[in-house]
Amino acid sequence: MSEITIHHYIALSAIIFSIGVAGVLTRKNAIILFMSIELMLNSSNLALIAFASFMSNPVGQIFALFVIAVAAAEVGVGLAIIVTVYRNRNSINIDDVHLMKG
Amino acid sequence: MIKIAFIILSLISIFSALMVISRKNPVASVLWLVFHFFGIAGLYVLLGAHFLAAVQIIVYAGAIMVLFLFVVMMLNLNLVNNEKRGKIIGKSIGAVVSGLVLVLFTYSIRTTKWNELFFNQVTDQEWGTAVKLGSLLFSNWLVPFQIVGILLFAAVIGVVALMKRKITRKVENGIVITQEEDVA
Repeated sequence: MSEITIHHYIALSAIIFSIGVAGVLTRKNAIILFMSIELMLNSSNLALIAFASFMSNPVGQIFALFVIAVAAAEVGVGLAIIVTVYRNRNSINIDDVHLMKG
Repeated sequence: MIKIAFIILSLISIFSALMVISRKNPVASVLWLVFHFFGIAGLYVLLGAHFLAAVQIIVYAGAIMVLFLFVVMMLNLNLVNNEKRGKIIGKSIGAVVSGLVLVLFTYSIRTTKWNELFFNQVTDQEWGTAVKLGSLLFSNWLVPFQIVGILLFAAVIGVVALMKRKITRKVENGIVITQEEDVA
């Protein structure tokens, strides 16, 4: 590779996203599940900023900023839900949460 | 120079992402996730988005990680038999599906004609500064910005409602008894 182009950034973003998908599908611990979701959100942010940078358009950065804000809200509510589940079930293994037969 | 930095930062972020999903102990996962966020922030700097790199470190590595660590420490999880029930078939199916996702991405990246869509990377030094972003955010994107504020407010209210406990006090034989009860 002679120069870093947009391919490299998008490929890196795709790899990190797949790692996040693997984490969501293989782990049972709800907290690690949330961390995998954070990995996926981060990789999408990386892709957005790479596109913005190579298009010379700063609007992609604005969008990434919104994604960060939504991720922060999501983590707050999600961890509150995990703590509530832990209070009721004394476990955060997602296999123990089967009240709705899902 | 930029090439070497890109390679090092991408290796850091991929390796620490793998560590996040493979560690048994959630505390180790959280600490590897901090590593990952720093690697991604370095990539933002390489792309010229300096303000977002700072936001990434402040919001993710600062605030969100503290929240994660706090919850992990507070729950005091039993690490030994937490994941014993995870079956090997389910795990391998998950790994295969994520590999297929990666194959799909690779195919679509390879078949897209990037050269017709994108030009060269920005060389403008002002591209990612707080001044540039702020002037955009408070003019064209003011309404979405306000809506994000409402979203954060709603999230705060939701968290408080979820975590609320009803405390009842009653006096029996001259002794005050307090009782805590979950609402949610």
